[in-house]
Amino acid sequence: MRIAVASGKGGTGKTTMAVNLAAMLQSTGQSTALVDCDVEEPNAHLYLPVQWEQDRDHHVPVPRINASACLGEECSKCIELCRFKALIWMADEVMTFPELCHACGLCMTACPAKCIDEGQRLTGKVRCGFVDQGPAKGLELSSGELRVGEAMAPPLIKEVKGTARDRDIQIWDCPPGTSCPVIAGLHGADAVLLVTEPTPFGLHDLNLAVQLVRRLELPFGVVVNKAGLGDNRVEQYLEKEGIDLLGLIPHGMDAARACASGRLLIELDGYRDAFERIWSRVLPLTKERTS
Amino acid sequence: MKEIVVLSGKGGTGKTSVTAALAGLGPAKVLADCDVDAADLHLVLAPSVLHQEPFISGELAEIDPDLCTSCGLCRDGCRFEAITDDFQVVAEHCEGCGLCDFICPIQAVTMHPRRCGEWYKSQTRFGTMIHAALDIGAENSGKLVTTVRQKSQEQAESEGVDLILTDGPPGIGCPAIASLTGADLALLVAEPTVTAVHDLKRVAELTRHFKIDTAVIINKADLQPSLEQEIRDFCETSGLDVLGRLPYVETFTLAQIKGQSVVEYDPGGLGKLFQGLWNNLEKHLQGEHKQ
Repeated sequence: MRIAVASGKGGTGKTTMAVNLAAMLQSTGQSTALVDCDVEEPNAHLYLPVQWEQDRDHHVPVPRINASACLGEECSKCIELCRFKALIWMADEVMTFPELCHACGLCMTACPAKCIDEGQRLTGKVRCGFVDQGPAKGLELSSGELRVGEAMAPPLIKEVKGTARDRDIQIWDCPPGTSCPVIAGLHGADAVLLVTEPTPFGLHDLNLAVQLVRRLELPFGVVVNKAGLGDNRVEQYLEKEGIDLLGLIPHGMDAARACASGRLLIELDGYRDAFERIWSRVLPLTKERTS
Repeated sequence: MKEIVVLSGKGGTGKTSVTAALAGLGPAKVLADCDVDAADLHLVLAPSVLHQEPFISGELAEIDPDLCTSCGLCRDGCRFEAITDDFQVVAEHCEGCGLCDFICPIQAVTMHPRRCGEWYKSQTRFGTMIHAALDIGAENSGKLVTTVRQKSQEQAESEGVDLILTDGPPGIGCPAIASLTGADLALLVAEPTVTAVHDLKRVAELTRHFKIDTAVIINKADLQPSLEQEIRDFCETSGLDVLGRLPYVETFTLAQIKGQSVVEYDPGGLGKLFQGLWNNLEKHLQGEHKQ
């Protein structure tokens, strides 16, 4: 079962939700993997003592031109066809801009002289390991780290998801926003848990996230984090839209300080119950999917 | 003309609240919202739209079912899993590369220009604002960010205004890079949490990579004193100017609910702090302020 945690707005508590849910499930004996799909700013590992077992580079293919076989400027087929302007004619040869390449393979396919093969561009690294102590002991964590300066996160997100082992439960911590990286994160989920906060920014971006998951036809429900802060417009919105409210995580200085220091909320009084209740309401969502 | 872009790496550290607060201080400026897939600045600045234009960027493949022979070449060749087994194009996954169009033996595929969102020129109480909305799940957020920046530069030029203040997106990928390149100052909003400190270091590495002058504001400063110190130490060793600190107070949420900047909502408290920040920012731009 694969549950994605997403939000639209950043900083609403996606990672808090994903890490605590995963730790809670692992601690009750369910074989769980946490997948940190926010490769631009991976944070899940900061809450868990992880023993890394894999740490490797990830690359995407980029064109490599064999200039001696190139038919020359009269051909320029690769340059004409590339939508991403990753190839230009310069100083009597095809010059490539690997940073602009989307790794679609069109230039290679189209070259009549078969003079293009594929080199590599480093996107970042992938890590995989296990929590080796504490309440979440045994929890698997997969995580990616986008190379600073690399623009395209989705290929690395796919790689991180592919690295995670197929445990009974996978929790996917998705990046913020509503564009390509989130879509790469949500792809293949059985259900989505949207985390929001009861503020105007939280509500506005929740509405965007709701439109996205509806468009992707994924079953979903909402958790209101920092409940008690702000106003009740989020709850009014959920009622009007007929969206499941899966639960509330109360706002409090003790919780804010625990999160700030990288501690798990399930170790604070009263919070573990909140995560258990939320999980009990996530399960029916996944059945909605299979039925 | 100077362009200041507010970034943070991690979402939810207060980029938009800081941008809105600074918007009303100092000389006349053009405001820009480059968080195009979860824009929130308009919720505070309440812009009245003067002009809007669709944002057309890239292409989308379409397969004519009457011509398609289900040969499978396009589906197998597509590296983005954007073609289903029954030969439908999944718009959320299509990158518009044109590989399917090229390899289709009977020209059943056509490529169409793609609408990815809209951008707006608006009037606000703090000056002209250029903002945008990426369509839900659309591609090309980086290019929409670039459009917002170009339009803000044109606007500033036509108004004879010397300053552009830009609310940036979270992360360090495509939209963050597009918001940053060529700007005069990156203003990083940090918060003393383990996750935000981790992310601050990555976004600071990004600004260094692109050689952008960088300064820091510490938000929610009293949340965790040891982490505030870690931020200060990091800024000192990295040569980043700390312009000031802001307390962890509910005022930010209350102002948001009223649709006001914190300077408008609390002129005597946060208003004065922000005036001090603004003064330091001006000194920084003149090369005078240091820590």
